[in-house]
Amino acid sequence: MELADLSAQQLADLIRKKEVSAVEALEAALARVAAVDGAPGALDGQPDAEGVHAFITLTEERARAQAEAVDAKLAAGEVPGPLAGVPFTVKDIFTVKDTPSTAGSRILANFGAPYTATPVARMEAAGGVMLGKVNLDEFTYGSSNESSAFQPAPRNPWDLDTVPGGSSGGSAAAVAAGEGALSLGTDTAGSIRQPAAFCGVVGLKPTYGRVSRYGLIAFGSSLDCPGPVARSVTDAALMMNAIAGPDARDATAAAVPTPDFTAGIEDGVKGMRIGLSPDYDQITFFNHETGELESQPLPKEIAQAVERAADKLSEIGARIVEGVPMPHTRYGIPAYFVISRVEAASNLHRYDGVKYGYRSAAKVGDLRELYRKTRGEAFGLQPKLRILMGMYVSAAQYSEQYYQRALRVRSLIRSDFDAAFDPEGAHKVDALLTATTPTTAFKAGDVYGDSVLMQYADQLTVPANHAGVPAISMPGGLDAGGLPIGVQLIGPDFAEASLLRMARAYEMATEADAWRQQRPMVLAG
Amino acid sequence: MGRWDYSMGAILADGILAPMAEKITPETFQHLVQLAALELDEAEAEYLLGELNKQLQAIEELAAIPLEADTPATSHGVPYADAIRPPLRADQAALDPNVEAIKGQAPEMDDDYIVVPDIPKEDL
Repeated sequence: MELADLSAQQLADLIRKKEVSAVEALEAALARVAAVDGAPGALDGQPDAEGVHAFITLTEERARAQAEAVDAKLAAGEVPGPLAGVPFTVKDIFTVKDTPSTAGSRILANFGAPYTATPVARMEAAGGVMLGKVNLDEFTYGSSNESSAFQPAPRNPWDLDTVPGGSSGGSAAAVAAGEGALSLGTDTAGSIRQPAAFCGVVGLKPTYGRVSRYGLIAFGSSLDCPGPVARSVTDAALMMNAIAGPDARDATAAAVPTPDFTAGIEDGVKGMRIGLSPDYDQITFFNHETGELESQPLPKEIAQAVERAADKLSEIGARIVEGVPMPHTRYGIPAYFVISRVEAASNLHRYDGVKYGYRSAAKVGDLRELYRKTRGEAFGLQPKLRILMGMYVSAAQYSEQYYQRALRVRSLIRSDFDAAFDPEGAHKVDALLTATTPTTAFKAGDVYGDSVLMQYADQLTVPANHAGVPAISMPGGLDAGGLPIGVQLIGPDFAEASLLRMARAYEMATEADAWRQQRPMVLAG
Repeated sequence: MGRWDYSMGAILADGILAPMAEKITPETFQHLVQLAALELDEAEAEYLLGELNKQLQAIEELAAIPLEADTPATSHGVPYADAIRPPLRADQAALDPNVEAIKGQAPEMDDDYIVVPDIPKEDL
């Protein structure tokens, strides 16, 4: 196995034992980037299906200095940290001092961040080596990465004609292709879990408040969660050890103790109660032709992956609890359409061409015209759409019927989870097992442009964001076309360690399965 | 049973709103574009108005959800009990170590001032 394909855990272990140097690990990751990535995303670039295109900015020099520092520490007999020399990437929605921090948008293309986001700083303090910043949907607004102003946008390493998912598509694609063992992503409606599912890797959305948002360029401030993308469950746990915990710079980072997320991770699922809900077996969507809401069962292959996972978890000792009612699941997307847009519009008002970022070069009469020209020229269609919708649904005359109502519907969604996880309740489950996505990776160009259909890709992931609870997506098989299927475990507040333990148990129990031996197209042969 | 009254903000007795079925008209759209400080070309405007109205149809489902009078609005999903609410930082001013780097981000500076075009004045 090549160095670039080793897990973060294996790599850090070899580096600590000085069997491999951090610089060698970095060289291996850089060689992999050179072999599979192709041109990085750039303004005015064109879509391309000949490479993974995970990156916007490769920070090779910075990475080399970090790797050398890790090796120097080891040579001096110092402890270099639990992520010693592990190459990782960062979704370009986090600020990293003195590197471009673009949010995938023209409006921040020239922005050099003056400070580093807390989770990135913590990974570096743990010995991690940042390879660079990876691509995303513009300001994270999408589920395919196609909306990035930096093209070519990432493609799915399993099939370069398909999308990697989004919005942490660059993160998932990079990890799947061996361009770094770990990536820091964000999840507002499924933006870690959906691309993880599409790219056959592990993605964890922590509890809201578990990981600091300091330095995260905001989208939906009540929903955004930074979290790990990794090739194995243990690697996701290792990364959580580095990034989780209170932060004086983020008043919403919860003051809860941070456990060792790897402790007991291989203790199995004996006695754990895992729920299945009929409300996650179907997708409900709005049919614009008929003007009616329609429900459809999940595609067979995806439903079967969930059944297989339930059977496997049952075999190894979990108690499967069927029929857990989650009746408000279907309201996740309509409520999200309102809440996330209001928060997005509010967060995007700061981009005005005055203090930093893009400023229109057009001749303007006054400041107001400068705002309009700057924002008109430098925001893509998806930010514009979110700003306009956010302003509409929060306008004084509509706020009660849309925004205030959506905030109350979020309480109902939360109450479904409270009831399911209630230790005194009817079901008492430790987690819910569901599919992560209603489809596997779709072809580039197939969905982009239809903002409603694209949003419904998040239907099974968004309820956890509304409720604030943690959820993990892990590989659960391949479809007939050889594309990965993700299955999801959703748990109660701050139960990441328990979710990681269940996911690790499933990973160990399926280790020898034929689908686990398959590799992404870009690495095969 | 009354109808939803946009001007009064009335809610039907059983907590279900009357169907909204509102469409964003081109006039309302233009007003939103102004408020949002955007400038759009024709093709963009046509796409965005179309998508907004499609999204509104999807959002309408919210109206049909029965809500009890005491169902609270959430600021986010996780209830922040006092025990996990982080203490407020001390209210102390401190100079950022990166003042020059921050100033250097401004598109146009004149000494310590950021230069902008004329600021419009309106008689109120």
